[in-house]
Amino acid sequence: MNTPLRRVGLAMMVMMLLLLGNATYVQVIKADDYRKNPLNRRVLLDQYSRERGQIIAADGTPIATVEKTTDRLRYLRKYANGPAFAPVTGFFSTTYGTFGLERVEDDLLNGSDDRLFARRVSDLITGRDPKGGSLQLTIDAALQQVAYEKLQGVTGSVVAIRPQTGEILAMVSTPSYDPNLLASHDVEEQEKAWLEYTAEDGPQPTRNRSVAEIYPPGSTFKLIVAAAALEEGANKDTQVDGRPVITLPGTTQTLPNFNDTTCGNGVTATLQEALAKSCNTAFAVLADQLGPEKLRKKAREFGFDDSELTIPLSVATSTMGPMADKPSVYQSGIGQRDVRVTPLQNAMMAATIANGGARMKPHFVQKILAPDLSVISETKPDELDEAMAPDEAALLRDMMVESEKNTGGTGKLSGVTIASKTGTAEHGANVRENNPHAWYVAFAPAEKPEIAIAVIVENGGQQGLSATGGRVAAPIGRAVIGAYLGSR
Amino acid sequence: MGSPVPGAEGTPLSAASSTSPGLKPPTRRSSELFLLAFAAGLVTIALILVEANQEQELTMRIVWLGLAYLGVLTVAHLAVRKWAPYADPVILPCVALLNGLGLVMIHRIDLAKEGDTLPGGGVWSPAAPKQVLWTAIALVLFCIVLAVLSDHRTLARYGYTFGFLGLVALVLPGVLPSFIAPEINGAKIWLSFGAFSIQPGEFAKILLMVFFAAFLVSKRELFTAAGRRVLGLDLPRARDLGPLVAAWAVGVSIMVLQKDLGSSLLFFGIVLVLLYVATERAAWVVLGVGMFCVGAVVAWRLFGHVQIRVQNWLDPFADPSGKGYQILQSLFGLGTGNIFGAGLGGGRPDEIPEANTDFITAVIGEELGFVGLSAVLVLYTVLALRGMRNSLAVRDTFGKLLGGGLSFAVAFQIFIVVGGVTKLIPMTGITAPFLSYGGSSLLANYMLVALLLRISDAARAPKSTPKPRPQQPAIADQFTVMVERPK
Repeated sequence: MNTPLRRVGLAMMVMMLLLLGNATYVQVIKADDYRKNPLNRRVLLDQYSRERGQIIAADGTPIATVEKTTDRLRYLRKYANGPAFAPVTGFFSTTYGTFGLERVEDDLLNGSDDRLFARRVSDLITGRDPKGGSLQLTIDAALQQVAYEKLQGVTGSVVAIRPQTGEILAMVSTPSYDPNLLASHDVEEQEKAWLEYTAEDGPQPTRNRSVAEIYPPGSTFKLIVAAAALEEGANKDTQVDGRPVITLPGTTQTLPNFNDTTCGNGVTATLQEALAKSCNTAFAVLADQLGPEKLRKKAREFGFDDSELTIPLSVATSTMGPMADKPSVYQSGIGQRDVRVTPLQNAMMAATIANGGARMKPHFVQKILAPDLSVISETKPDELDEAMAPDEAALLRDMMVESEKNTGGTGKLSGVTIASKTGTAEHGANVRENNPHAWYVAFAPAEKPEIAIAVIVENGGQQGLSATGGRVAAPIGRAVIGAYLGSR
Repeated sequence: MGSPVPGAEGTPLSAASSTSPGLKPPTRRSSELFLLAFAAGLVTIALILVEANQEQELTMRIVWLGLAYLGVLTVAHLAVRKWAPYADPVILPCVALLNGLGLVMIHRIDLAKEGDTLPGGGVWSPAAPKQVLWTAIALVLFCIVLAVLSDHRTLARYGYTFGFLGLVALVLPGVLPSFIAPEINGAKIWLSFGAFSIQPGEFAKILLMVFFAAFLVSKRELFTAAGRRVLGLDLPRARDLGPLVAAWAVGVSIMVLQKDLGSSLLFFGIVLVLLYVATERAAWVVLGVGMFCVGAVVAWRLFGHVQIRVQNWLDPFADPSGKGYQILQSLFGLGTGNIFGAGLGGGRPDEIPEANTDFITAVIGEELGFVGLSAVLVLYTVLALRGMRNSLAVRDTFGKLLGGGLSFAVAFQIFIVVGGVTKLIPMTGITAPFLSYGGSSLLANYMLVALLLRISDAARAPKSTPKPRPQQPAIADQFTVMVERPK
């Protein structure tokens, strides 16, 4: 009887080997498929029940924190002053996923990032619950708040950058939303907020206009045309076209100055005056003289066509469009036609001029912190390009100072020299029916810049068709600059 | 695998019985105590980890659970020392570790489900304290079996009685009205007596094994009689097919009446192995597997519940939130556990239905990973192979057959349940011995282990020690006695 018994023993071992083999298949070979399967809620539940890292402003003010709860998801995401900081933080929702910074730095915040590896190993040994790392931003909490308040009631964006480093000091987008509602553990509250925020015919508050929307830059683009001209040897006294209106070559379409005003003597004007008065004809003709290649090259040096830019949010690509024929080159010269920029791009442009032509990589994550708030890494200023020679940048700055003097609108600051350029960008099929976007790009103090900003108010805010960059956007920009310089 | 089989192959019968008369073999009880202490240590660490991960603090609850467990271990060890001193020293520690790990996992699932409302409307009540109580009761049975049954061969005398009882126990829930034998989760295998319910099938398994072993041993010659020879196989005579057909019929009836595929498969497999071991003829296995295949195909064609199981096995993603939900959650848990697992208390067993019974091995795979699941499988393998080794060593055929059957039953049951939760074979819903929550399973399996220990004791105990002969002086030293020459 022993032989069959031994064979049965052998059969038992074969069965166990089959089980072990199959367990290897399920738990090792197919493990990733099963773990990442959308029907598998484990990874999700784990993340939501882990103590997520904080997001804190430059001065240490907490922007996003967690609160212990008694329910199954053990931590609730809390956003202090949620709507003002929503473009910065994004949201963390148990139903609708993550968005914005919460998404791009999710691995770090939820603690699974490789940069936290050493910490995770020690958690494994001590059996401590893994915690997420934290982010310290470059955002100036007070400035963000001011900018948000100034944009109340309008649709638009403010981006402020420290020119020397590329640190983003403020990034506001309105109308905004409350990420607290989307992070709620009350599923119904979440759903209600989600439906409201994502309604097709609603104001789309979750769109981060600073980096995700592109707009025609209008006259603010003249700075880049001027920069291209300066590189070609022009100076502030170079004579440019001063006619009140010109006809686009090969068409009957006209291109007038704002309110058909003349520049200079009505035939020519200095480059400085043309920029200060924002003469369309001058820059349209100048653009044509420079040609699309040089324009595009200069625009690229200022950050156009960079689809890779992340701050770490990915930034929509600013573009010149095809510029296929002469009329479109004329129109591109005044920032119309197919030229499109993000508010961030315009702020970066101002910052580049302020920084003597050196374009710094814009960013808003200053430090990556371990759960115990020790610094894991710090963002170093990174020069992306030399857009202008320093002396050309100084010339352009002087012209912008003249432009600011020539710009109307309220809220002018005393004791501070601002260098600025306004823009009133027409858009849509019928420019007489669509209110123009109001732009203001500036930096201050002009002699030693500390802040560069771009402001856009979509469709001219409440001013309607008569809105201009000077009237609508400039007061907001000046207030933001004033708040920043005044607090120093 | 560091299993003892090569040793068992190399040391046949003689190893255990080669002890010279008068010299007692070592009882190995100290080894057992050492291994038990090791198991207890592992279980204690596991329990502390679970509490720390789930509650962030250690509560008094684990002290009570831990003490109860240690108490059970101590009593079991003392019982073996007293009633089966030569028993195999590895079997009990394996059981203790599995039982302890099961308790930890059941407790861990309690923590996850604490406060959950059940679909029926009630509230989740902790299962771990009940399991501790069941373990204590199981231990009493364990002691009774060891104490009363001083020689396993006694069982053979009551073979038919056991067979009858087993059959009754097996079929009872299937035929009784549903107020006493309710259908739970689609299977009609419980007898419900108010607050508690039992699964007679678990006991029937052992009773029928005793019967078959006794029956086959007494009628062994009958079954080895040659029938026709076909394709190199000695087919048994048609009239001798009776027991096999009966077993097949019983298996099918379990499947049909009680919708319990797992038990049906387990039962049929055990009978087949007993027949094979008793007759040493592979023809029985070929015949049996053939009959099983026919039965399985017919059942698949006829019964919806069989089709669903097969469908879930072939493609669980076909109905991921309905019929395939259970097996998918099991696979997700296993996959998420990966090689080293989510850590005790770190997984999501509340995502898997029936986590503390049929799917407890999936929870282990999730929290302890492939490594932990493999360790559990190896433990079962060691347990079954030790049982098998003792069956090789024991001297009587009934002991060999019964021990072999019991050992195979453990291994086969694990194959069915773990194969089910890892989608190697269709999920059939039976418990993992010693791990799963459930009183009947625990009681029956502790009795099974008592029998294995009894058989191993018989294998290793010295033959009844011969009486020392009276000392006689050497012949040379004998006095010379004058004897009168017979006339």
